[in-house]
Amino acid sequence: MSPLRRLLGYMARYRRSFLLGFVCIVLSTGIALAGPWVLKYAIDDLTAGVTMGKVRMYALGLFALTIVGAIFRFLMRRIIIGASRDIEFDLRHDFFTALQRLDLAYFQRNRTGDLMSRATSDLNAVRMMVGPAVMYTATTVLGFIVAVGLMLSIDGRLTLLTLVPLPFVSIIVRYFGSAIHRRFEAIQEQLSEISAQTQETLSAVRVIRAYGQEQYAIERFRLANEEYVRRNKGLIRLQGAYYPSMGLLMGFAAMLVLWLGSREVVAGRMTLGELVAFNAYLMLLSWPMIAFGWVTNLLQRGMASWKRMLEVMDAVPAVADRVLDDVDCGDGVVVGADLKVRPYSAIEFRNLTFAYGDHVVLRDVSAVFPAGTTTAIVGATGSGKSTLLGLLPRLHEPPRGTVFIDGVDVLDMPLETLRGAIGFVPQEPFLFSASIAENVAFGARGAQGDRDRVEEAAGLARLDKDLSDFPKGYDTLVGERGITLSGGQKQRTAIARALAIDPRILVMDDALSSVDTYTEEEILSRLAAVMRERTTILVSHRVSTVRGADQILVLDDGRIVERGTHDALVRHNGLYADLYRKQLLEEELEAS
Amino acid sequence: MTDNAAHAATHDEEVLGKAYDARLMRRLLTYLRPYRPQVALAVAAIIGHSILELAPPYLTKVVIDRYIPAGDLSGLGFIAVLFFVALTVSFALEYVQTWTMQMTGQRIMFDLRMQIYTHLQRLDLRFHDRHPVGRMMTRVTTDVDVLNELFTSGVVSVFGDLFTLVGIMAVLVWMDWRLALMAFSVLPLIVLITQWFRRNVRDSYRAVRTWLARINAFLQERITGNATVQLFRREERDRVAFDTINAGHRDANVQSIFYYAVFYPAVEVVGALAAALLLWIGGGWVIEDALTLGSLVAFLQYSQRFFRPISDMSEKFNVLQGAMASSERIFALLDTPVEIANSRTAARDDMARPAFGPVAQTTAGVIRFEHVTFAYVQGEPVLRDVSFEIQPGQRVAIVGATGSGKTTIVNLLLRFYDVQEGRITIDGADIRSMRLDELRGRFGLVLQDVHLSSGTLASNVRLGRESIDDAAVRRAVEAVRADLFIDRLPRGLDTRLAERGATLSVGQKQLVSFARALAFDRPVLILDEATSSVDTDTEMLIRDALTTLMRGRTTLAIAHRLSTIQDMDRILVMHKGHLRESGSHQELLAGRGIYHRLYELQFKARGTTALAPAAS
Ligand SMILES: Nc1ncnc2c1ncn2[C@@H]1O[C@H](COP(=O)(O)OP(=O)(O)OP(=O)(O)O)[C@@H](O)[C@H]1O
Ligand SMILES: Nc1ncnc2c1ncn2[C@@H]1O[C@H](COP(=O)(O)OP(=O)(O)OP(=O)(O)O)[C@@H](O)[C@H]1O
Ligand SMILES: [Mg+2]
Repeated sequence: MSPLRRLLGYMARYRRSFLLGFVCIVLSTGIALAGPWVLKYAIDDLTAGVTMGKVRMYALGLFALTIVGAIFRFLMRRIIIGASRDIEFDLRHDFFTALQRLDLAYFQRNRTGDLMSRATSDLNAVRMMVGPAVMYTATTVLGFIVAVGLMLSIDGRLTLLTLVPLPFVSIIVRYFGSAIHRRFEAIQEQLSEISAQTQETLSAVRVIRAYGQEQYAIERFRLANEEYVRRNKGLIRLQGAYYPSMGLLMGFAAMLVLWLGSREVVAGRMTLGELVAFNAYLMLLSWPMIAFGWVTNLLQRGMASWKRMLEVMDAVPAVADRVLDDVDCGDGVVVGADLKVRPYSAIEFRNLTFAYGDHVVLRDVSAVFPAGTTTAIVGATGSGKSTLLGLLPRLHEPPRGTVFIDGVDVLDMPLETLRGAIGFVPQEPFLFSASIAENVAFGARGAQGDRDRVEEAAGLARLDKDLSDFPKGYDTLVGERGITLSGGQKQRTAIARALAIDPRILVMDDALSSVDTYTEEEILSRLAAVMRERTTILVSHRVSTVRGADQILVLDDGRIVERGTHDALVRHNGLYADLYRKQLLEEELEAS
Repeated sequence: MTDNAAHAATHDEEVLGKAYDARLMRRLLTYLRPYRPQVALAVAAIIGHSILELAPPYLTKVVIDRYIPAGDLSGLGFIAVLFFVALTVSFALEYVQTWTMQMTGQRIMFDLRMQIYTHLQRLDLRFHDRHPVGRMMTRVTTDVDVLNELFTSGVVSVFGDLFTLVGIMAVLVWMDWRLALMAFSVLPLIVLITQWFRRNVRDSYRAVRTWLARINAFLQERITGNATVQLFRREERDRVAFDTINAGHRDANVQSIFYYAVFYPAVEVVGALAAALLLWIGGGWVIEDALTLGSLVAFLQYSQRFFRPISDMSEKFNVLQGAMASSERIFALLDTPVEIANSRTAARDDMARPAFGPVAQTTAGVIRFEHVTFAYVQGEPVLRDVSFEIQPGQRVAIVGATGSGKTTIVNLLLRFYDVQEGRITIDGADIRSMRLDELRGRFGLVLQDVHLSSGTLASNVRLGRESIDDAAVRRAVEAVRADLFIDRLPRGLDTRLAERGATLSVGQKQLVSFARALAFDRPVLILDEATSSVDTDTEMLIRDALTTLMRGRTTLAIAHRLSTIQDMDRILVMHKGHLRESGSHQELLAGRGIYHRLYELQFKARGTTALAPAAS
């Protein structure tokens, strides 16, 4: 479907409003144009000499007409602009829903600032198009046609003369319109550069201070800022001429009417009243002509913005529920096995090869994680551990037939079910600016969100001791991304958050790296009971953390090179044994 | 551009004071000061323009009263020429006005943006902790653009409108003062309507802004935290929450539509009332020959033009209101004092040097904490009475439970925050009396929260420092073994990163930020959990590289793995904000205190299993 058709689809929902609105436009335009007509009769009668009574009738008529017109004008604005706000609501809702569906890789490809500007300033441009622009287009076109018709009925020759500037108007609109459009885009682009720079330097504020980069950042900003002014200059040069030139052309028409029209009156071919009315129509006409340029501008911007929004709304999420479309089971019915109600699940990777683009990260990985056991993964930096874990809840999409839970391909599972079964602690926890309790209960459903359950989860993650030191305890607000918490506190909040959903599978990606050994020990012993009832995968660089696992996988450059229990691997005398010896050595050094 | 900017929906904060605030306005006008000639030119142009705008109805009157009855064709031609001249000059004046004013607006915006941005670069971290980045971005972009609108279309064209009004009134009185009074008799009505409109629109404007701010804050956080939202299946609940704010925004807008929808037609009706009055009374006078027909027509035309600037000015009221709100926020930001800055004495020493000069090469010096007490939040001390000393070339480690205040020590040493009690000295000088660049120029820092920017890998290592050439970047990268993964990337050091370096593994990010600290080659190296996400092999290789690289330099390392700090000269043990123990590894073990317990624990961990395997 073309973008325009798509947009019309949104407008069609409010077709009754638009219809009503158009009726109001027709009526109010008709009435507005009747005004000068009354005036014409009044002036003509005044030249001819009339009674007081008749003049008063004209005066009353003029007033009454305006009142009726005003009522319709009120309705018109209320109805059409109101509908545009409804459409804005729908569009924003759909845009947000579309964003929610998109996968992690999409968000990594696209900058936050860019997505934000599509959701805000582009959306606004679209609303301006479906609301004010539609309304003004209708009034403009209608007003133009009726005014020209009436003018023709007064004097055909004069009307044609006043229309002489018209072709120029369209040339000007065409020329300026597209030029303005181009420059406007260039300006918007530079504006996002300015915002992006601000965003990056502010979020990196500690790095910038520590390395004394303030002056450099300011200089870079000055350049961007100068470029912005330069681009604006180009636009101003055009715009400065654009709108006044419309006024100029309409002024010429008025001059022609006054000059040639009064010659007609002198020659007796036209009455004075007609001249005055004609002039009044011209005044009415000049608004549509000037608005014409403005409206075309709105429409152009609106369409450009709508296409930008559609790029996001039409983006195909790489990760989505599989929907049967050939079998007739209604719209959006999701196929796939529901996980049976069980305390824990078995996980299997089968010949899994995975690449980001053409950068192969996992090669032919096969592993079984029996239900209720704990598996640890170790491996060098960048060897693919996080990638492997991310495939399980489908943060990135694994190839078909490679990742299974209880024998079911994760691709066949509804995301809702799949992710509900997994308590995930990411390597870099993201906290929301809310209270700690709200952050812990972030994924909790129903009773899971109760305060005692939250406290229980926090206790398991050993967050409780820190919280008892905070005056506001669980209601302490954390800053953006969890700023104002120490590194270990952030990590432990993330652990508590994963435990709070009471998951059957617990995934911890190096989740204790910022936690001291003592606390780590405490957490692990508290977790032991929890882990016994769950299938657990944990990644760590420390032998002390992984040694108790039922099974340890050693990942090297995307391949599983060793697997087994701690003791077996130490005996095997491979990479793991090497790691073990190194860490052992360190500890013995300490002991010495 | 301007109309878009006004709507660009990125307002996050609701400082909305009075609609018009003389104090703010005066301060805003100071920004015009450097551009006085331009402003004067623009004002002159717009006044000329509005005077010329008065010409057409008057010319019409002359035509109807004098030349048509006389049948004077050459007179008509003369009027047409006058008309033409008036039009062209008025066009030229308008162009001059738009051009000078908009360009001036742009320059002012440039100045303002630089001022805000520079201030943001100096403001304390305490401030940044509390103010979300998104909000500060709004100050630099949207708020400034709203002000731009005030300068370009507001201030000057209000002059124009005023002149048009006064001009029309003068012409009317001059033509016929009785009829003029008649036309003015509707003015009280206009005043009433406008009052009503302003009062209501102000309230609904406030409501709309508040909702918009919530929408933006919500969106921004959900976009950056998308993975977490999806992992925890918050989509449905977020959608409901979003719909609530979205609906609030819509309803607030619909409310404000009502006021506009009433206002414009109401002004029209009042205009028509004036016209009807003129016709009623004036028509009578024409019949009685007390008034010429041309004057009546001119009056009718003027009365039409009379109401346009009035509704224009009401529209300007919005601009004004937006500008007041924006400037209040901007000035509040600019007025936030910078507490941590070069001290006055230090600044006086070398006035010639810019605030952020190139770093002077310095030496490590003796670092001393003397009875330092510090709290992020008043009344909740995070460090209590901490004292220690680090000799140049010493290698010192800080250990302690999570949240015990280790990172805070680093924050204080770099003067990200100022101590509340006690003092920190380097070579005997209080760091508060030093130049900031001199102080911070001593330290190479690896932060616990790694931050990479979009840009190439190389630019993330050297930041803005051009003197760090490619070879130096290379050396630094090799020292931390980051070359192992970088060389496997098709574009090597020129690889462009995603926002926040999201396409690297966490350990890789840490290595890059480590390389940065080495590339800057500073006398003191501060490592806050610098290798917490790095594998043991790489960690050991880095440690070996450091022993040669850092020979003779001071190192301050925070680590949880005791193994990584074993060979440090001295170890400081933090506990709940107190410095509880200090000494070498052996001394501390012998002391049988906290460190000993910690050590026991790590040691013991090897013997027992932390993870009890499931009974299978
Ligand atoms: N910017 C901040 N604003 C308010 N409170 C903070 C801020 N930064 C840290 N805190 C609090 O100060 C205390 C000490 O934090 P700090 O970061 O110094 O701990 P740490 O010893 O480095 O811990 P970790 O080992 O977990 O990194 C914590 O309770 C933390 O919540
Ligand atoms: N979104 C991504 N796009 C492209 N490449 C990626 C992406 N995420 C990770 N990589 C690359 O894939 C490889 C594996 O990354 P991964 O995060 O899985 O490593 P890891 O084993 O978890 O390492 P660490 O111990 O540092 O956390 C790395 O070389 C990394 O640069
Ligand atoms: Mg990882």
